[in-house]
Amino acid sequence: MGPLLEVKNLKKHFSVNKGSIFNKNVGTLKAVDDVSFEVYKGETLGLVGESGCGKSTAGRCILRLIEPTEGEISFEGRDLRALNAKDIRRARKDLQMVFQDPYASLNPRMKVRDIISEPILLHGITRGREVQNRVAKLLDVVGLAPYHADRYAHEFSGGQRQRIGIARALAVEPKLVVCDEPVSALDVSIQAQVINLMEDLQREFDLTFIFIAHDLSVVHHISDRVAVMYLGRVVEIAGYSELYKNSQHPYTKALLSAIPVANPKLKKERIVLKGDVMSPIDLPPGCNFHNRCPHAAAVCKETAPVLKDIGNGHKVACHMI
Amino acid sequence: MTRYIIKRLLGLIPVIIGVSICAFLLIHLIPGDPARAILGERATPESLAAVREQLGLNDPLHIQYLRFMGQLIQGDFGRSVITNSLVIEEFAERFPATMELSIAAMTIAILVGVLAGVISAVKQYSWFDNISMIGALFGVSVPIFWLGLMMQWLFAFKLGLLDASARLSVELRLDNITNFYVLDSILTGNWEALFDSLKHLILPSLALATIPMAIIARMTRSSMLEVLRQDYIRTARAKGLKEKVVIFRHALKNAFLPVLTVMGLQFGTLLGGAVLTETIFSWPGIGRLMYEAIMQRDFPVVQSGILIISLIFVFINLVVDILYSFVDPRIRVN
Repeated sequence: MGPLLEVKNLKKHFSVNKGSIFNKNVGTLKAVDDVSFEVYKGETLGLVGESGCGKSTAGRCILRLIEPTEGEISFEGRDLRALNAKDIRRARKDLQMVFQDPYASLNPRMKVRDIISEPILLHGITRGREVQNRVAKLLDVVGLAPYHADRYAHEFSGGQRQRIGIARALAVEPKLVVCDEPVSALDVSIQAQVINLMEDLQREFDLTFIFIAHDLSVVHHISDRVAVMYLGRVVEIAGYSELYKNSQHPYTKALLSAIPVANPKLKKERIVLKGDVMSPIDLPPGCNFHNRCPHAAAVCKETAPVLKDIGNGHKVACHMI
Repeated sequence: MTRYIIKRLLGLIPVIIGVSICAFLLIHLIPGDPARAILGERATPESLAAVREQLGLNDPLHIQYLRFMGQLIQGDFGRSVITNSLVIEEFAERFPATMELSIAAMTIAILVGVLAGVISAVKQYSWFDNISMIGALFGVSVPIFWLGLMMQWLFAFKLGLLDASARLSVELRLDNITNFYVLDSILTGNWEALFDSLKHLILPSLALATIPMAIIARMTRSSMLEVLRQDYIRTARAKGLKEKVVIFRHALKNAFLPVLTVMGLQFGTLLGGAVLTETIFSWPGIGRLMYEAIMQRDFPVVQSGILIISLIFVFINLVVDILYSFVDPRIRVN
């Protein structure tokens, strides 16, 4: 069976302008640069990387909330980039998103009932009295009570709001949910609750997730496969146990070594990267990681490495492997 | 909510006292003698003195003020020294004219202003945005009396499309029920009068709408620009909503609060007597009543008039504040 979603050579470039009158283009920011991956039905693909590496932009490009510059996004064999404005709105019945900030992403002027029922009515999931039953059921599914429907978003805590955001995304029975750092704004204890909830929902509704996060331990918990991004490119992608046990890319290794372990006796060697992330504006040719890589060679400054399959679906983009 | 309203009403007391002192002092300190205004240039000194005595103008100012306030507390707004009619009646008679003009002006201002603001925000830096914002700048800066005269010259004198003064042509008769001519002509089925009164209403209400329209457009634009950047607008798009629904149902509703404030303030100002507009267009409203009263040193009309106008203004702002809680549920809870 083919993948549910296939992203090929996705690019999103922003032009950087300076000056208000003589608007001069001073460079190009490659937020997402030639990213390819597949997502299979029922799995969770973790998309990790540090701030500014383009993981959220990639997620939004998939739903075309941001128009990609180039590339191919095929969902169930259909090219999403070829759809017109009307059809992409229809396609959002199948593709939903849970947003990062549960405080800002819910309309403060709407009751929870309206927030959840709006997409139900819009996509014609049910009608009439059934709509309210469905809202109540969705609230129940995410662990809220039916009477919460008549409250406004600001009357909830962060965890509860994110549950509302999840209920809203699930209201249209989507096939793929892009979760854009859904727990990073929450307390650690609440993070666990929400992640467990998402796992339960995935099993119950046969959902496919793209789970964007900057926290590897969170991704570790929920993902079947993990893609690691650095400066707009995927540097490594593998099944999660493979990645955690047998990481190949030096950046992945450094990231993994930074996960804290709750055992003071266990001495872990921490790989500390030197230098800073390069400016994403007008990147030099070659591997984006070459200035910080402990194994960098001359070739790394000249040509960008491509993802190579090293078996078992484990792909790495590094000249040294 | 009731507590809040009572609190706000109590807060009116110092406002009334302050405004009444200002109004009283202004009319009594400016040069010009009411007695001479009443009797004319050729009055004898004896008759002038008699009138001054009769009006109590010889008493010290604070005694005059206390007498004025004493009557006010009993609900007596005094009598015009020129026409001898009750001030409150003069106002009641003229108020519908001002109200009709203000409502027409506000309707134009809100419809055009909000729409222009929304389009400007959605298409920021487009030619529409640039033109409408330059237009708005022009709108707030242009003197209304000049604009009014230009409009009269163009539409009434040159083109002859609309009427430049009064509320109704002299040859037409209209039974007054509410004193809102547009409403009255509909109620009595007098279509000729409806058409005629609309022709009279358009120019002054356009002139009066200029400033509020410009302010509302600018406010809507900046408020919309802020809201359109919010995460929940992205959420609305991700739901698959049409852009129109995203903009009007999700964005505009949230952007409306500051716009509502401006509307309330502007509407209060209009009702408080569009003095210039009413004077230029010979519109028999309270603005022109005030203008005439000042010119004739009709001090009871001026001081009570200013007080009534400020009460209307404060009352409208109270209504706006109460409306807030309906527009923004977050205010209701806190």
